[in-house]
Amino acid sequence: MARTVAAFKVDHFQFLGSDGKLLDGQQVPALARDFERLTELYKLMVLTRTFDKKAVALQRTGKLGTYASCLGHEAAHIAIGASMQEEDCFAPMYREYGAQFCRGVKMSDVLLYWGGDERGNDFSGPKHDFAWCVPIATQCLHAAGAAMAYKLRQEPRVAVSVVGDGGSSKGDFLEAINAASAWKLPLVLVIVNNQWAISVPRSKQNNAATLAQKGIAGGLPSIQVDGNDLIACLWAMDKAVTAARQGKGAFVIEMMTYRLSDHTTADDARRYRPQDEVDDAWDHEPIARLRRYLIDQQVWDDEREQTLLEESAETVQQAADEYLDIVANKPQPVTAMFDYMYAELPHDLAEQRAYAEEFPEDGGHH
Amino acid sequence: MAQITLIEGVTLALARAMKEDPSVVVLGEDVGVNGGVFRATAGLQQEFGDERVIDTPLAEVMIAGMTVGMATQGMKPVAEAQFCGFTMPMVDHLMCHAGRMRNRTRGRLSCPMVLRFPTGGGIHAPEHHSESPEALFAQMPGLRVVMPSSPSRAYGLMLAAIRDPDPVIFMEPKRIYRWQKEDVIDDGEELPLDVCFTLRDGSDLTLVTWGAMIKETLQAADQLEQQGISVEVIDVATISPLDMDTIIESVSRTGRCVIVQEAPRHCSVASEIAASLADAGIFDLLAPVKRVCGYDTVMPLYRNEMKYMPSVRRIVHAAQQVLEVS
Repeated sequence: MARTVAAFKVDHFQFLGSDGKLLDGQQVPALARDFERLTELYKLMVLTRTFDKKAVALQRTGKLGTYASCLGHEAAHIAIGASMQEEDCFAPMYREYGAQFCRGVKMSDVLLYWGGDERGNDFSGPKHDFAWCVPIATQCLHAAGAAMAYKLRQEPRVAVSVVGDGGSSKGDFLEAINAASAWKLPLVLVIVNNQWAISVPRSKQNNAATLAQKGIAGGLPSIQVDGNDLIACLWAMDKAVTAARQGKGAFVIEMMTYRLSDHTTADDARRYRPQDEVDDAWDHEPIARLRRYLIDQQVWDDEREQTLLEESAETVQQAADEYLDIVANKPQPVTAMFDYMYAELPHDLAEQRAYAEEFPEDGGHH
Repeated sequence: MAQITLIEGVTLALARAMKEDPSVVVLGEDVGVNGGVFRATAGLQQEFGDERVIDTPLAEVMIAGMTVGMATQGMKPVAEAQFCGFTMPMVDHLMCHAGRMRNRTRGRLSCPMVLRFPTGGGIHAPEHHSESPEALFAQMPGLRVVMPSSPSRAYGLMLAAIRDPDPVIFMEPKRIYRWQKEDVIDDGEELPLDVCFTLRDGSDLTLVTWGAMIKETLQAADQLEQQGISVEVIDVATISPLDMDTIIESVSRTGRCVIVQEAPRHCSVASEIAASLADAGIFDLLAPVKRVCGYDTVMPLYRNEMKYMPSVRRIVHAAQQVLEVS
């Protein structure tokens, strides 16, 4: 006769409806009334979307390389960044600009990276934060390693990493959960589930009801939230980061959102994704609902919105100008590819560096 | 001073490094309570505790990825892969992250880690335990690849590897883990990375090798000496970056060179040395450069493994071939 030796459930949290109204019949966290904080984060969400639009435009006009848009992810990303302290460590994948802007990374840094210049990774945010990470899900283990370092040194710091729905299929993500569980690491793993891994929909990743439950399988408390609801994302992140900082171990949060853009500017999602699905997703996107909520609460209005849009456009234009000035007027010399390979340049590379200096302009410019 | 083996040289260096630097931690499968399947970390957990000598879950990707993460945050992790064959899942983190961390962040982050593991064949181990993948790691920019071939070099090079500010792949030739004993003083003195060690001076022929093949190469040198041939023997020790200056200088005097490696020949370290000799030392050569290698086949299961690896006879044969050219 069988007896149940383990059972699990996954809770889904949402406070703010797509119409900007608080959902009926549930307790709303105190931060839903913290209009100062919500307004500041709303401004960052709008700024991030303005930046994103500009970056895509720069790519389309040949001034930026392939770029991964964050359109539609603003609530998830801003909540992640807003929940962290300076001394915490962020290990992003490659489109969490909103989180990084909260941490002091400059827009021109992002543009430099996608503009093909390593100096973008020497960004203005916390010097211990990880750089953008293209090999899928590997960043989860780097964050786990950072968390291990903090735990061993007994520092009250938390590492936070982001993975996508596609990345949640990778061993690196699962091994990070396993390690965080085994060692009770101060780690928060966020699955930003935007439903699409390039052209592969969530339904093809696996048949699990949620991706959050992978955390439970590894022994971590895990929840799912509406990733377009800033209040839910922020509430979950605050809770998880605080618990991790208090030594209570790691947490998995699945944020349900939607990739409103192509995967990157090199992709054309029309080849594989029905337009009505995208149109429907626009009805649930994060910025409009938060704006309606703030207007309903009489802490926001059209005039402030207009000013914000103008200021955001100006800030983004300044960042673009700064980026374009650097690549046009302060390019990295050919020797730059050698100078950070090792702390001290080995003799064989020193020879190659000297040789490269004889051909400083070969290969031309883009 | 104590007479110790190569593997004890590793252990002694690990203990020394942990004593002098609290940021050094050892992690891997079975490294703690068990002291490692070869005993390389024997006694370390008892001495330094389970927060500095860490038994990990059985997950090689995790070991590599977390080691990278820890190294970027002020730790100096020394991770063990239990066998060379089990390093393959780790390659993503070594190639895509460890070797690139400093460069891609313009020095903002670095990765001062060591990945150490037993390498090579010859101990009748099961499948996937006996390969020699040094060329694979030597192809990855930003890494150092080091292989000691004596107890004192295991001690001195391991200390240097741990103290090095960049990632080091430290390959331990397990066939000679306990082959010879040597007096090693535990004085914390490191040996230099990035240079070859000339083990024996000679004027007729240069034999170049590293790792466990030092054993057969020295025996071949003995046989050749008995035939009146003066043989110089070079232990490469640091495979990447390669110290070609020492090898070219030697060959400029002897005019003849045989390179001995256990690894397959195709696209190998021996091939790189031969190509560099062709590039920089061709006018000093009196004969073609020979490579005596493992075959370009899968490493056979153990009944045939010694037939795969270069023997003393094969090394002497190659030496005689180059000596016959006048």
